[in-house]
Amino acid sequence: MKSFRLERVFLPTAVVVVSAVGLLLAAGTNGVEPLKLIVEGSIGWPPFESGSSPKVGDTVMVWVPIALASAGLIVTFNAGMWNIGIEGQIIMGAIFAAFVAREVSASRPILILLTIVAGAVGGLLWGLLVGVLRTAGGVNEIFGGLGLDFVAASITTYLIIDPWRRAGVASTSGTDPFPDAALLPSLGGTRFSPLAVAIALLAIVGVWVLFRGTLYGLKLKAVGRNRPSAFLMGIPTNRYLLGAFMICGALAGIAGTSQATGFHYRLIPAISGGYGFLAILVVLLARFRAFWVVPISFFFAMIAVGSSQLQLRLDVNSALGGVLQGVLVLAAMFGLGWSAYRIRQRIAAAGEEPG
Amino acid sequence: MSLELLDIHKHFGPVRANDGITITVETGSLHGLLGENGAGKSTLMKVLSGFHSADSGRIVLDGREIKLASPDDAIEAGIGMLHQDPLVFLPFSVIDNFVLGSPGGWRLDRTQAEDELAELCERYGFNIDPDTPARLLTVGERQQLEILRLLWLGARVLILDEPTTGISADQRAKLFVTLKALAEEGMSVIFVSHKLEEVADLCERVTVMTRGKVVGEAEMPVPPERLVQMMFGQAVEIHGKDPVPLGDSHLRLSDVRMSSGLLSEEPVSLEVAAGEVIGLAGMEGSGQDAFLRICAGMRSPSHGTVHVAGRDLSNKHYREFLASGVKYLPAGRLEEGLIEGLTITEHFVLAGEDRRFFVNWDAARQTAVDQIDHFTIKGTDESTAESLSGGNQQRLLLAMLPPSLKLLLMEHPTRGLDIESADWVWEQLLARREEGTSIVFASADLDELLRYSDRILVFFSGRVFGELDSSQTTVDDIGMLIGGRRIHGAAS
Repeated sequence: MKSFRLERVFLPTAVVVVSAVGLLLAAGTNGVEPLKLIVEGSIGWPPFESGSSPKVGDTVMVWVPIALASAGLIVTFNAGMWNIGIEGQIIMGAIFAAFVAREVSASRPILILLTIVAGAVGGLLWGLLVGVLRTAGGVNEIFGGLGLDFVAASITTYLIIDPWRRAGVASTSGTDPFPDAALLPSLGGTRFSPLAVAIALLAIVGVWVLFRGTLYGLKLKAVGRNRPSAFLMGIPTNRYLLGAFMICGALAGIAGTSQATGFHYRLIPAISGGYGFLAILVVLLARFRAFWVVPISFFFAMIAVGSSQLQLRLDVNSALGGVLQGVLVLAAMFGLGWSAYRIRQRIAAAGEEPG
Repeated sequence: MSLELLDIHKHFGPVRANDGITITVETGSLHGLLGENGAGKSTLMKVLSGFHSADSGRIVLDGREIKLASPDDAIEAGIGMLHQDPLVFLPFSVIDNFVLGSPGGWRLDRTQAEDELAELCERYGFNIDPDTPARLLTVGERQQLEILRLLWLGARVLILDEPTTGISADQRAKLFVTLKALAEEGMSVIFVSHKLEEVADLCERVTVMTRGKVVGEAEMPVPPERLVQMMFGQAVEIHGKDPVPLGDSHLRLSDVRMSSGLLSEEPVSLEVAAGEVIGLAGMEGSGQDAFLRICAGMRSPSHGTVHVAGRDLSNKHYREFLASGVKYLPAGRLEEGLIEGLTITEHFVLAGEDRRFFVNWDAARQTAVDQIDHFTIKGTDESTAESLSGGNQQRLLLAMLPPSLKLLLMEHPTRGLDIESADWVWEQLLARREEGTSIVFASADLDELLRYSDRILVFFSGRVFGELDSSQTTVDDIGMLIGGRRIHGAAS
C-alpha cells in the first residue's frame, strides 16, 4: 500500500515540479534559481530565518482559503459533484463578510464572529443555488457553478464601483479598508491569524471525521458513487446533494471571509484570488483525502506568494505566473492519469477475479 | 477453419484462470464450451479474441500460429466474438453500428454497407431495418446485428459468450438455426454456456471446464447427467417449492394503467397474498420492468391505485413503499443495487438498522463477517462490491435485505448465475416466502418461472396478455403467450 500512496501523491507532484522547472527554463531562467526564489519569497531562505515572519504570515493566510476550499471540495467530490462554482462561493462569502464589516457595529469579538458566520452563510446560499439548479432544474453543476462564478464576480465589481465605492474616487481597485474591529486578529506585524488557521485545520479534521466515521458521510459517498443504487437503498439523494453543496459553500464562504478580513482588509475585485480553482487541483492531487490537503495546499500557497519574487529578481514577465499555473494543472492531471494507469496495471497483475 | 488452442495459461495474480488449456475446434463444427461461473471460459475466450494476452501457450489457426495483441488482430485473423452484452452503441442507428468497426480510413460508404447488410439479412432470414436507432432493438436483434457485422468483417471463427441470456425462446430458436447454417458453410462456432440443454441442442462436440482446466470432452449426444457430473463432480438436485398457505393481501393493484409511449392503456388489476410467488414472463421490454417499478413505487401509474398490506400508497414516494416493507432488486446488480468502490462492511452499514450519526465500525465489521459467513459470500469484509462475481453480488444483495419484508420485487433473480448459486438464491427466496413475504419476479427463464411461481403473468407489448396457474401450465403454453398468441382457456 505504501508504494501506492507514493505513486498517487508524490509522483503527480513530481510531474508538476518537473514541468514547472521545464517551463522556467524555457522562459530563459536557469530553472532552479526561480524555485529557490519562490521558497525565499514565501517562507524565507534558509526557511523560516529570522525576519521572514511577514512572508510566512502571508503564505499561511494564502494557505487558509485554499485549505478551506479544498476541505469543502472533498465533500462535493465525494458526493460525485464537480463544484466549479467554488470560486463564486468564496466571492459571496467575502461579499457577505464585507457587508457585516462595513455596516455592523459591535464589539470586536462579536463582529469577527459575525463576519465569519456571514461569510459561511453567503457561500452556503451560493452553493445551495448550484445544488438547486442541479437537482430541481437539471442544470449540470459545472455549467451552473461556472455561471454563478461570473455572476458573483460581477456583483463584486458592481459593489466596488458603485454602492461601496471609495469616497471621492472612481476606482476598481477596491473598497475602503474595513474598520479594525472587523479584521481577523493577527500576530504583530504580520497577517498570520491563529484563529483563521485553527478554523481551517478544524474544517480539515471535520471533513476527515465526516467520511471516516459518520453515517452521513458514508451516505454521501454512496450517493456520489451510484445514485440509482443509493436511491434504491432509501437514501434521499437530492437532499444529500444539496447538503454537500451547502457544506462546501459554507467552508468556501469562510475562505472568502478570510480573504476579505484576514488578507486584503477590504473588498477587491479578484477577492477569491483564484484559490477555488487552485483548491480543485489540490483535492485532485490529494486524491480526495483530507490530510494530504494540508501540505499540498501549503505548497501551492508558497508558489502563489513566492512567485511575486520572480518578476522583481529575475525580470521574468508576471504573465508567466498564469502560464505556470495552467501548466501545473495540466501536468498534475497527466501525472494523476498516468499513476492511475500504473496502479490499474499493478492491480491487474496482482490478481483480479477471472471472468 | 480449424483452430487449436495449445496449453494456454493465464493467471491473474494467484488465480489461475486458465491453467494449461488445450482445445481443438474443427472446421465447420459447433463446439460447446461448458462450465459454471468462474470456470475460466470467459477468460479463455477473451484470450482467443485478443482482449487478454495469454501468459503462455499458442493459438494455431489453420496450421499457422497467430499472435493476438488486440481485438483488432483477432478480427483481422478472422476470429469474431459476440459478447454477452452485444457491443452495440445504442444512440447510433443500425447502419452506423454496422459500419463502425469496419477497417479503412476516412471513407464511409453507407449505401454500399446498407446493400450488404440487406443481403446478409436476407441470407440468414433476419429482419433489421438499417435506419432504426439501435436502442429500439431487442437484445436478440442486437445479437443478430452483431453476428452480421462480424460476418461482414470476415469472421470465420465465431465465439458466442452466453448468447441466450436475455433473449426470447423464439429468438433463441432462430439463433440456433443461424448458427447451424453458419457451421454448414464452414464457420467454426464456439458456443460458451452453462446451460446443458442448449449445448445438447446445438453442439456437436463439447469441452467441459472447471477451475481453469479442461475436465472432459465429449462428442454429442451425451446424456446430460454425464455433463453435470463433469462440471460439478456430482449431479445437482433441483428442489421445487413446497406449498405454503397464503395469507393476507400484501399487494393490490386496481385498474392500474402504465402510461408510456410503448405501453398500451389496458388497465391491470392484481392481488398478491402473503407468501405468494408471482412470475412475470414475456420478452424483454414488454412491460414487466415498468410493472415492477410501479409496484416498487418508483413510478406512478397514470391511473388506478396501489395498496401495500392494506394501505393505499398510490402516488406516494418510493421511500413510503420502502417503509411499508417493499424492496425492489433490479437486474443490474452493480448499476441499481450495489455501490462500486464501497466495501461489504459499508454496504451493511448503509442497509442496516442502526441510524446513529457515528458509525460503530467494529460492530459493522462483525456484522459483515457474520453475514459473509451466513450467506457464503466469497469475499472479505473489505472486498468492494465490484470485486465480487455476479453470484456473490446477488448473495450480498440478498444478505442486505431487511429481516421482515412484505413484498420482494426482483428482476432476473438468477441471471448469469451458475446452477448452484441459482439454487441457493431460490432457497433463500423460498425461505422468505415461508415467513410470509410475497415475491414478484420477472424472468426470461421459463423453467424458473414454472418451478417457483404460483401464478404467472405473461406480458406482451406492454400489457398483461395472460395470467396462468403455474401448476396447470406448460412451457409451451407460456411460450405461445409470450409470442402474443392466445391459448385456449387462458383469459387475461
